[in-house]
Amino acid sequence: MKRMWKIFVKGLVVENPLLMLMIGLCSSVAVTSSVSNGIGMGLAMTFVIVFAELVISLFRKLIPNDARIPIFIIVIAAFTTMVDLSMQAYFPALSKSMGVFIPLIVVNCIIMGRVEAFASKEKPLDAVVDALGMGLGYTWVLIGIAALRELLGNGTLLGARIMPEAFQPILFFTLPPGGFMVFALFISLNLWLKKKITNGAAVREAA
Amino acid sequence: MNLAKIFLSALLIDNIVLMRFLALCPFIGMSIDVSKSVGMGLAVTFVTVIATVVTWPLYNFVLLPLNLTFLKILVFILVIASLVQLVEFFLKKNVPGLYASMGIYLPLITTNCAILAVTFDNVSKGFNLIESVVYAVGVALGFMLSLVLLAGVRDRLKTAPIPKFLQGTPILFASTSLLAVAFMGFSGLIK
Repeated sequence: MKRMWKIFVKGLVVENPLLMLMIGLCSSVAVTSSVSNGIGMGLAMTFVIVFAELVISLFRKLIPNDARIPIFIIVIAAFTTMVDLSMQAYFPALSKSMGVFIPLIVVNCIIMGRVEAFASKEKPLDAVVDALGMGLGYTWVLIGIAALRELLGNGTLLGARIMPEAFQPILFFTLPPGGFMVFALFISLNLWLKKKITNGAAVREAA
Repeated sequence: MNLAKIFLSALLIDNIVLMRFLALCPFIGMSIDVSKSVGMGLAVTFVTVIATVVTWPLYNFVLLPLNLTFLKILVFILVIASLVQLVEFFLKKNVPGLYASMGIYLPLITTNCAILAVTFDNVSKGFNLIESVVYAVGVALGFMLSLVLLAGVRDRLKTAPIPKFLQGTPILFASTSLLAVAFMGFSGLIK
């Protein structure tokens, strides 16, 4: 159980795919101009990574080593197509505002990276836990960035007005440059968090 | 005129990296110096154009008549992945000089989301084949331009006093943010 927890929790900060490993960046800045987009993208991505890791882990002994990359791509593309079509059917507005970024989950390096580094070697249950950790690690960053950008750039959260009427929205934050700036601050924040966590662990181990 | 419009808006106004946030991984990873940026840019241009030339007829003459458009994600990514492999084999055998200078970038390109995005854009914007190719070249050169710009900035950053909490990757994104501000100025260029 403790081992599972360890696998799960490493995706959140210490090995956070976005802020530490610097992979899968594109979608994170692009869709975070509003919180609802951030949540949608985070969930879509988590769905794809969980199922891709599960399927590949189940078949890991059958997949020939030489042909593994194309097989991984096909599996990931299949789940991405499912998400894309379901979103178009059930959340047309959300799907429209995220545009090309849903189909682009297929080339999100986080999924490919975890499938290659983790799911192709480990047991299915571990792989799912790892995928959930990575997916949540991705989602919290998206929601965090989106919340800051929507609040400062638009004065709202999830479309509801939060800031007082007198607050003048800072347009900069909803525009692309603001996305990069907020992202820079989040990396900085995560580095600090990681330092706290790893220092704490080192002290505990020494004691 | 129309083609010039497509090209300019792909290159500057909707710059793939700075305005649309695509291809950020190679943007941060490969902009170490100007020559690497140019190499990566050329490799991406090459593959994007070939991918466009292959996927456009495939979509319009095969997937569309057969009502298989829902397979486009699967088909496009496989086409791009196998194209990159083919290009790699071809260059290795026939143009070893070019291969030696481009070789290391080629495998990285498969997961470059800019290329896949271009092929999807071509379909969703309803471009014809010539427009698609022009658009592909514009996007790819826009990618190269942003890479070269950031490489120049990184050169200066080596000696610049950077606030402690921004050292490392954060300052790269902060610089990118400022580059993006500059590129926003292009938005009124085409009416």
